[in-house]
Amino acid sequence: MSSDKVSPGAPALDRADVRVRHDAGLGGAVRSFIDRIRSGDLGSLPVVVGLAIIWTVFQSLNPVFLSSSNLVNLLFDSSTVGVISLGIVCILMVGEIDLSVGSVSGFASAIVGVLWVNVGVPVVIAILAALAVGAAFGVVYAALFNRLGMPSFVSTLAGLLAVLGMQLYILGATGSINLPYDSALVVLGQTLVMPAFVSYALVLIAGGAIFMTGYRTAARRRAAGLTPPSLAGIVARALAFTVALELVAYYLNQDRGIPWMFGLFVGLVVAMDYALRRTKWGRSMTAVGGNREAARRSGINVRGIYMSAFVLCSTLAALGGVLSAARLASASQQAGTGDVNLNAIAAAVIGGTSLFGGRGSAYSALLGIIVIQSIASGLTLLDLSSSLRYMITGAVLAIAVIVDSLARRSRVSHGRA
Amino acid sequence: MNDTSQPTPPAGEPVLSLRGICKQFGAVSALTDIDLDVHAGEVVALVGDNGAGKSTLVKVLAGVHQATTGTMTFRGQPVTLTGPNDALSLGIATVFQDLSLCENLDVVANIFLGKEMQPYALDEVSMEIRAWTLLNELSARIPSVREPIASLSGGQRQTVAIARSLLLEPRLIMLDEPTAALGVAQTAEVLNLIERVRDRGLGVIMISHNMEDVRAVADRIVVLRLGRNNGIFYPHTSNQELVSAITGAADNAVSRRSGRRQAQQDSGEARA
Repeated sequence: MSSDKVSPGAPALDRADVRVRHDAGLGGAVRSFIDRIRSGDLGSLPVVVGLAIIWTVFQSLNPVFLSSSNLVNLLFDSSTVGVISLGIVCILMVGEIDLSVGSVSGFASAIVGVLWVNVGVPVVIAILAALAVGAAFGVVYAALFNRLGMPSFVSTLAGLLAVLGMQLYILGATGSINLPYDSALVVLGQTLVMPAFVSYALVLIAGGAIFMTGYRTAARRRAAGLTPPSLAGIVARALAFTVALELVAYYLNQDRGIPWMFGLFVGLVVAMDYALRRTKWGRSMTAVGGNREAARRSGINVRGIYMSAFVLCSTLAALGGVLSAARLASASQQAGTGDVNLNAIAAAVIGGTSLFGGRGSAYSALLGIIVIQSIASGLTLLDLSSSLRYMITGAVLAIAVIVDSLARRSRVSHGRA
Repeated sequence: MNDTSQPTPPAGEPVLSLRGICKQFGAVSALTDIDLDVHAGEVVALVGDNGAGKSTLVKVLAGVHQATTGTMTFRGQPVTLTGPNDALSLGIATVFQDLSLCENLDVVANIFLGKEMQPYALDEVSMEIRAWTLLNELSARIPSVREPIASLSGGQRQTVAIARSLLLEPRLIMLDEPTAALGVAQTAEVLNLIERVRDRGLGVIMISHNMEDVRAVADRIVVLRLGRNNGIFYPHTSNQELVSAITGAADNAVSRRSGRRQAQQDSGEARA
C-alpha cells in the first residue's frame, strides 16, 4: 500500500500525518527550540547559561580572568580532567558509575614515572603500559558487575582505595618522581601550542565538515522522498560555528595559542561523539542505559556493552593521568587524589549527561570541564583558599544535578523521557 | 477433543504444527501432549486460566525454553529451537507483554534495535524509510518517527512493537496479551492491526484473557487447561462454553454469577 517512491503532489513520507505541526524556516526553528526547552529537553542550554554567568562574575571581580593568557592556561588545565570526564560520559550512558577514575589516573601517572624515569623504559612503552593497566581495571569492574552482579558503585569505591594503595606502593618512600623537563611528553603538557595558521585551518576544516555532512544528509533525504532540512539552516549553522570559533582562535592566538593537548582532547571528544551517535555500538550503549532488558531481547550483547563502557572509562582515566603527569612534570602521591574524581564526574553531569543513564553526549565532557576549570581558575585568581573552592564547586555540582532531576521530571510529564 | 463445529476450514498452508509437546520443570509438568496448528493467514487465540501453560508454550516457541519431548514442524520442516536466535532466524517473532521498547530512543532506533543498517556509519535515511513503510503497511498512526517512544500512547507503542517484529519478515508472530494495558479505542486499534497482519498472510498466535477481544479477531480459539489441550473452539461459541472449557467445570464462579443475573432478570420480567 505504500512504496519508496513518492508520487508528485503527495506529502513526503514523514509529512503525511496532519496532526503534527512541522516547523519550517527560521521562525519554526525558534518555535520548536522553545518547545523543547519548555518540555525539559534542555540539552546544553544550562551549561551555556551557567558559563555566561560564571564568566561575567569572575571578569567583573578580576579583569585578568578573560585575558588570552588565562584562557590558554585554562585550556591546558581542562584537557587532563576533561579526558577523564569523557570516560565518565561513557559509563554514565549505560547507567553505571566509576568512582575510581581519580585513583586510576594517579596510578597511571605513577606507572609512567616509575617505568620511564626509574626503570628507563622508553616513554611510549611506559604510556602504553599505563593505558593497559587502566584497561585491566575496567575489565575487572566489568567482570565483577557482569558475573557477580556487584553494583558498580561499590566495586569502584573499593577500587578507589585499592588503586590508591597501589599508587603509593609503587612510588615508594620518595613519593614523587620528576619527569624530564625537555622531554616531548612534558613539552606537550606544558608549552606545546598550535601555530596560528594551523588553528585557523582546523576550525575551517571543522566548519566545512559540518556543512558537508549536513548537505549530504539533506541530499539523501530529498532523493529518498523524506523532508530535507533547509539548506539555509545548514549554511547558517556551519557559518555561525566557523566564525565563532575563528574569533575564539584569534583571541587565544593573541597569547600563546591553542594547546595541542587541548586539540587531542577535542579530537577524542569528536571521535566519541561519532561513536555514540552514528554507530551500532553507540546505539546499543544508549539502549542498555535506557532499558537493559529490552536491549537484551533485541539481541544486543549486553555484557559486552557493559564491558566496553567500563574498559573505555578506565582507559581514558589512565590517559588523563598520563596527561596530568605531563602537565605537572611529575608523578606524585597527590596525583589523582582530592577533587579529580568529583571534578570529572561533575563535568559530565554539568555538561548534560544524565546520572540516570541513556541520555548524554560526548560534548558534555568538553562543556562541563570548561565550567569546572573556569570556577577553579577564577577562584585561584581571587586568591581564595581551597576550602572555599571546594564549597563553591560542590554547590555548582548540586545545582547541576538538581537541574538534571527537574528536567527529567519535566520530560516525563511532557512525554519525552 | 470436543470440537464444537467446523464452520470454515483454516485457509492457507500450515505454518506451524506441534505434536505431543511436553515441558517439565523438575517434577512439574507445565505442558503435557500439546498439539497446535497455525496456518498462514490465521489468527489462533491461546486462552486459559493462570498457570494453564500459555506463556510456557510461547516461550517454547520463542526458543526461550526447550521442549522436553514432542515434535515441532515449521513450514513443513521438523525443527528444534536451541535459543531465541533460532526462532528469530526461522521467522518466529514475539511481541512481549511489556513490549520491550527503549523509551529514550526514537521510533526508528527502536524498530532497528540490534539490527541497525551499516554498523559503523548508521544509515538513518534508509532506516527511516523502512520504518515508515512498515508503519504504513500497518496503517499505523504515528505522528513522527523521530520522537522518543516516551511521547507515544500505549496503542502507538504496541504498533511500534508489532512493526519491529515484522522487520525480519517473519512467518509467524506471537503476541502476549497485546490488549491488556489498553483503553477501548486503543484496543480496537490493536485488533485492527492484528487483522492487517493476518491479511498479509502471516500466522498469528495471540494470548489474551479478554474473551471479547479473542472473539473479535480469532479464527480459532485453543483452550489450555493445566498444561493440556482442552478443546478448540470458534468465535461463535458461547461464553459459557468457553469459560467451562477454561475452568474445567460447568459449575464455576462465572456460570453461577451469570445464572444469578439471569434469575434476577427473569423475576424482574415476571413482575412487570
